Amino acid sequence: MSCCAAGTESAAELEALKSEAPSAEEMWLSSRALSDGLRQVDLIVPGVHCGACIALLEKELPKTAGVDHARVNLSTRRVSVVFDARDHAETVLTALGEKFNALGYPAHLPGGADDSGDPVFRELLKALAVAGFASMNVMLLSVSVWSGAEAATRDLFHWISALIAAPALIYSGRVFFVSAWGALKHGRANMDVPISLGVILAYGISLFETITHGEHAYFDASVTLLFFLLAGRSLDHMMREKARSAVRNLVRLSPRGAMMIKDDGAREYLALDEIEPGMRLAIAPGDRIPVDGRVVSGRSDMDFAVVNGESAPQLVEAGSLTPAGTLNLTGALVLEATRSAQNSFLAEMVSMMEAAESGRAGYRRIADRASAIYAPAVHLLAFGTFVGWMMVSGDWRMAMLTAVAVLIITCPCALGLAVPVVQVIAAGRLFENGIMVKDGSAMERMAQADHVVFDKTGTLTQGRPELINFGSVAPDHLAVAARIARASRHPLSRALAVMDQPDKDLPGFEIVEIPGDGVEATSTDGTVYRLGRSAFALEGNTDGDDRAADASQVILSRNGQFLDVFLFSDQLRRGAAHAVARLGELGVDAEILSGDREAPVRGLAGKLGVANYVAGVRPRGKVDRVQALAAAGGKPLMVGDGLNDAPALSAAHVSMAPASAADVGRMAADFVFLHDSLEAVPLAIAVSRKAGQLIRQNFALAVIYNCVAVPIAVLGHASPLVAALAMSSSSVLVVLNSLRLRRKTRIEGFARPAREDLSTPDASGATIGASA
Amino acid sequence: MNNLIFLIPIALFLGALGLGAFLWSMKSGQYEDLDGAAWRVLDDGDDRPKQDRSEPDKA
Repeated sequence: MSCCAAGTESAAELEALKSEAPSAEEMWLSSRALSDGLRQVDLIVPGVHCGACIALLEKELPKTAGVDHARVNLSTRRVSVVFDARDHAETVLTALGEKFNALGYPAHLPGGADDSGDPVFRELLKALAVAGFASMNVMLLSVSVWSGAEAATRDLFHWISALIAAPALIYSGRVFFVSAWGALKHGRANMDVPISLGVILAYGISLFETITHGEHAYFDASVTLLFFLLAGRSLDHMMREKARSAVRNLVRLSPRGAMMIKDDGAREYLALDEIEPGMRLAIAPGDRIPVDGRVVSGRSDMDFAVVNGESAPQLVEAGSLTPAGTLNLTGALVLEATRSAQNSFLAEMVSMMEAAESGRAGYRRIADRASAIYAPAVHLLAFGTFVGWMMVSGDWRMAMLTAVAVLIITCPCALGLAVPVVQVIAAGRLFENGIMVKDGSAMERMAQADHVVFDKTGTLTQGRPELINFGSVAPDHLAVAARIARASRHPLSRALAVMDQPDKDLPGFEIVEIPGDGVEATSTDGTVYRLGRSAFALEGNTDGDDRAADASQVILSRNGQFLDVFLFSDQLRRGAAHAVARLGELGVDAEILSGDREAPVRGLAGKLGVANYVAGVRPRGKVDRVQALAAAGGKPLMVGDGLNDAPALSAAHVSMAPASAADVGRMAADFVFLHDSLEAVPLAIAVSRKAGQLIRQNFALAVIYNCVAVPIAVLGHASPLVAALAMSSSSVLVVLNSLRLRRKTRIEGFARPAREDLSTPDASGATIGASA
Repeated sequence: MNNLIFLIPIALFLGALGLGAFLWSMKSGQYEDLDGAAWRVLDDGDDRPKQDRSEPDKA
């Protein structure tokens, strides 16, 4: 294990630790060529926590033959390994995977498209740095002008300010100018229009003043404005990027390729899009099915949960159909691909998602809605001021200066910060609780949610069986069964294997897995233990077989004689009952849509006290239900994890997925929660609502502020000093108000750390029939 | 007034130096892994450049 204390990992990361190293072929496909025959592969290592881990990995990994060097990035938990690809790349990569496991740092490949580095953020940071430099220096010069420099010095300072501000405006202002121009071309007004206009006009009039030896120049206002706004924008971007990279770091569930069997029996690893219908593919136990196929030979148990939401594995034999994305559990299979990757089940889901996305596209962000009212109002006011002063005094220069002062005072500096600062703080609070927010608009939509649609398997339940009759089985039998079960990948065996005590003295076993039936273990003294289906374990003998309740069962036998029966069922996810109760308190209705059969869904709905449920729903049906809710004026929140939920996730007003969800679902969801507890759902809603409230407060503050400042500006009393003070203090006020979000949530206590949930198992962990 | 002729250029030069240093450090990847950098400073292993690949590993 890693050097550091446990407990810092999230549930999803712990899950990742159990997964196996990626195959050499997959690593090869995701690596990229460098110069001199070297290649680089980026791996995610969730176990890296501190300096000792870095030092160990960077020292030990290059000792693998063929590995040139390794570099750990602790912030992103990634390790870049550069290796020599000229000879035996495959052996190098296999050895590398083993090395990671031997060191106790299991690695996996990034879950999404790999776009290392973030050019947009770098551009924003550079623009921010330039604006910061310019505003500091211009402000320095302005302060001496305000404190009463003599006319010649004032002119000199104005000229220097103009020279500093010009390149800064061009470089740092681009971000806003480009976006404002884009909006204007389409006949819309966004927040960037008043910003750009204010900044450019302020610079223009100041330059004119400088040339004509005028007294007032607003160079400082135009660059500090840019600086503040860029700070807001950088924060916003940082929040989104942090969440996205965390989501990308989750274990990738869909395979990158598959082992193709040629006609002459030779094997070759092909990338996903090279696989064509008719090819034969070898699928090892533990692999995901790459493309839709039909089983040619072999027998195995398969996990179809991503497709139909059913938690119990199903037996597949020659002739069975296997949709892409399902998991092969116990036996090796040979498949014949029936469709290419572009036409597979997975691709079908993706196209359904794209079709459903239109529902959400209509949403306009709160900042845009605000500026649609604000921008025209401000521009009319400034124009009115100009006309008014023209009529009163007839001095166009004075009228113009006053109009620009109005523009600067009202320029939405506070408005530009009002939304991003609140959202960044809210996202930070959610992040601490293991909830990733994809972007700010997701949080605004979440605040509106009035109806929650849950998927069952994997969302409300853990999606994996657990031993439920722990108390009633003999400890000796359990010890034997657990030891035998370690050899199998079947979910029921996995649930049993957790009970194994490695230090317990048991005879050595020779274990054979019979796919579809169970495991047979022959001990050194010749006793034959069997663990599996009753017909298999008891060899047709039916003693003790009558105990099958509404749960999956596994029977342990010795030499064909019944020993014990182990009962399993899918357990509720931690906090599910709390979550549903709390959603009720928040005034949000809950409902369950599941692809599973009627009986287990009804049982679950009863346990949770959810009145509405629909069982046996196809992916299409989920989308229809969500769209019907939206059409009725509701704002549905979809929470789901399977591939079959993905279209509904993108059709919903806002969506949430656990970290264990299928890749596509994770990408489609607005929120992804890493911890086990379902209490993430009400927490996300509560924090989002709180954030929405603070945003509206901030807007109100900005408006009240303007009500005070605008008359001063309109009457012509806004000197550059007053403008600078007004602008900065309104921004500070808005930021301070936003910071209340940190404190208040802690007092109200809905941000209970998820780690507490992990250490105190939920008493309401009721059992839900997985009835196999 | 005369003092300003060299004081202002000095101020601007120092400011530009800071800006340049920031841009350079960003370009050279010093902000890529802030958490890691905090730990690396404590690592007192040998920080000599890596040996040529053709030589045997002496580590």
